[in-house]
Amino acid sequence: MTTTLIDTAAHSAGYTDKLLLPHWAEIVKIIPEAEGVSTFHFKFTDLEVQARYRFEPGQFNMLYVPGCGEAAISMSSDLETSGGLLVHTIRHVGNVTRAISRLKVGDVVGIRGPFGTSWPLDAIRGMDVVIACGGIGLPPLRGAIYRIIRDRARYGKITLLYGARTPRDLMFPVEYEAWKKADIDMQVTVDRGDDSWTGRVGVVPMWFYHFRVDPHKTAVLTCGPEIMMRFVIYEALARRIPSDQIYVSLERNMKCGQGACGHCQQGPYFICKDGPVFPFRALENIFNVEEY
Amino acid sequence: MTDKTLSVGSTVTLPKPELDLLLADLRKNGYQTVGPHLQNESIVYTKIDGLKDLPRGILSDQKPASYRMIQTGRDRYFDFIPANQSWKQFLFPPRHPLFTAVKEGKWRLIENEEPTPRYALIGVRACELAAINIQDRIFLREDFSDPIYRLRRAGLFILAVNCLDPDATCFCVSMGTGPRHVAGFDLCLTEMDEVFLVEVGSELGRSLLADRTFDLPSAFVQTAASQAVERAARSMGRFMDTSDLPDLLTNNLDAQRWDVVSKRCLSCTNCTLVCPTCFCWDATDQVDILGKSTRRERVWDSCFNPNYSFVVGGNTRPNIRSRYRQWLTHKLGTWKPQFGVLGCVGCGRCITWCPVGIDITEEVAAIRVEVKS
Repeated sequence: MTTTLIDTAAHSAGYTDKLLLPHWAEIVKIIPEAEGVSTFHFKFTDLEVQARYRFEPGQFNMLYVPGCGEAAISMSSDLETSGGLLVHTIRHVGNVTRAISRLKVGDVVGIRGPFGTSWPLDAIRGMDVVIACGGIGLPPLRGAIYRIIRDRARYGKITLLYGARTPRDLMFPVEYEAWKKADIDMQVTVDRGDDSWTGRVGVVPMWFYHFRVDPHKTAVLTCGPEIMMRFVIYEALARRIPSDQIYVSLERNMKCGQGACGHCQQGPYFICKDGPVFPFRALENIFNVEEY
Repeated sequence: MTDKTLSVGSTVTLPKPELDLLLADLRKNGYQTVGPHLQNESIVYTKIDGLKDLPRGILSDQKPASYRMIQTGRDRYFDFIPANQSWKQFLFPPRHPLFTAVKEGKWRLIENEEPTPRYALIGVRACELAAINIQDRIFLREDFSDPIYRLRRAGLFILAVNCLDPDATCFCVSMGTGPRHVAGFDLCLTEMDEVFLVEVGSELGRSLLADRTFDLPSAFVQTAASQAVERAARSMGRFMDTSDLPDLLTNNLDAQRWDVVSKRCLSCTNCTLVCPTCFCWDATDQVDILGKSTRRERVWDSCFNPNYSFVVGGNTRPNIRSRYRQWLTHKLGTWKPQFGVLGCVGCGRCITWCPVGIDITEEVAAIRVEVKS
């Protein structure tokens, strides 16, 4: 046989694409937020990576601690506000996030991303926006809040419904005054108050009982425990807000971020690439299916 | 009569002993020849050198939760169907290094530079080739191209075999994947008593044969081969009605049948491991004892593993019912919107290797009966 059988060009292409290869990023600042929650500011050690890194609020990164593994964490700011740093607010509850809690300024983690869909900040221009979130569901929306504030005149009435278990579990309380000044109606509620708490006690979806919305020009952005989102969606639909104006951010186990490893499937979707942010219309047939 | 003008689409005869020469030529060209081999009372796909390594005169007798080898004594090498493993282990290895992270002051990343092996797959069945084509849709997409899979796939030589003797667990006809090969192979064998008929399926396949001369098959042999494959198509062990898939499953997530099957399913992951299209994987760290270096690997995972759907706050599929439902509604349901085809090729492995003998064709039929009644 004289001819060579092998297409060497196709075969020797090499590892030009970096499957699951993270970039190292150094911790430049750590801000404790609440018990078991801290905000980390990262800067890529490779300046070229740092210079070209972009993302949209609502997207997430895979954060890697060598020897420990990866966790999917949303960005909790935007690059304009953070001066180009990557900001992640992390609740230390799993293997990887607990390992991150033990890191100090100057330590590095691996970062892959950004992955997934973002909040539809262009599509909802001109509308009233209800941002409904609970607990650690506020950080993935903070970047969107910053964007809306910077572009405030382009949006209608903005309401932030935010609930936490106790006053001490509220994220970013020092920013609430600034958000109020930017004409955001702050509706903060807790499950259990303490001696100093004078605000509302109750759950987030109850807000809908007290206020009127104009369904045709209202968009809802929600992120938080699924049970909270379920009732936010229920109340929003009951007020005739169309299901394609309700945006939901879902959480599932994720390993790759690229719709390849299979873990984050829910129905036909890979939450990591088709989500995490979905218009509820896309989820109508699957969101309430138990254990799906 | 010999054929001097071999071209894609030609069929020639190959005396059985000469298969050894083809395999030797493949190895000379840098291929590792892998194919069926009798090992521990079952057929595995592993490195083979020639006819001596093939399962001569062996038939497999497969039933739900049962796999037996039968010696026929016939001078046949490809009578068994299908092997216990699929070919996906060669394109999508069960364990593959991604990188090593080393702590030298700060962490440093060392990319995996292992050379990609080049495989010649010997004895690929039509359902198995269909499974490779399905995995192509998963690993080689516009928005995601898996480098491990892509390099192995690009270097592949496929020596296909038409099935003549389907097993009791086979239903490739239902899934439209077999038993006859149509396209996508380099060479395709049909095994007769004395000779192999060899159909040339690609330029690569043609070039492997180009320096030899071959006899053309007589009309009698060609007709006999064709009839044998047609007979195989009529003797499928099982049948699956696909006419109302994927809706039958995706619209009936609350069927009683999920409860019934979950009482039998052990959530052992066997079906996903033997399935030629299942593609889920995990990434794990193998750390050295000093914590100074860690090797990150990609490993097969399964939607039946409890950890598969773990999130903080709990498991989104804590019960076997929801795991089995996820597997079946994905394979024969949501696979279609995701990748444009169903994820089952009708090879029957999940039926054979399920330790309690859950039968995918029976489950689909039972849901249909429940829904229509």
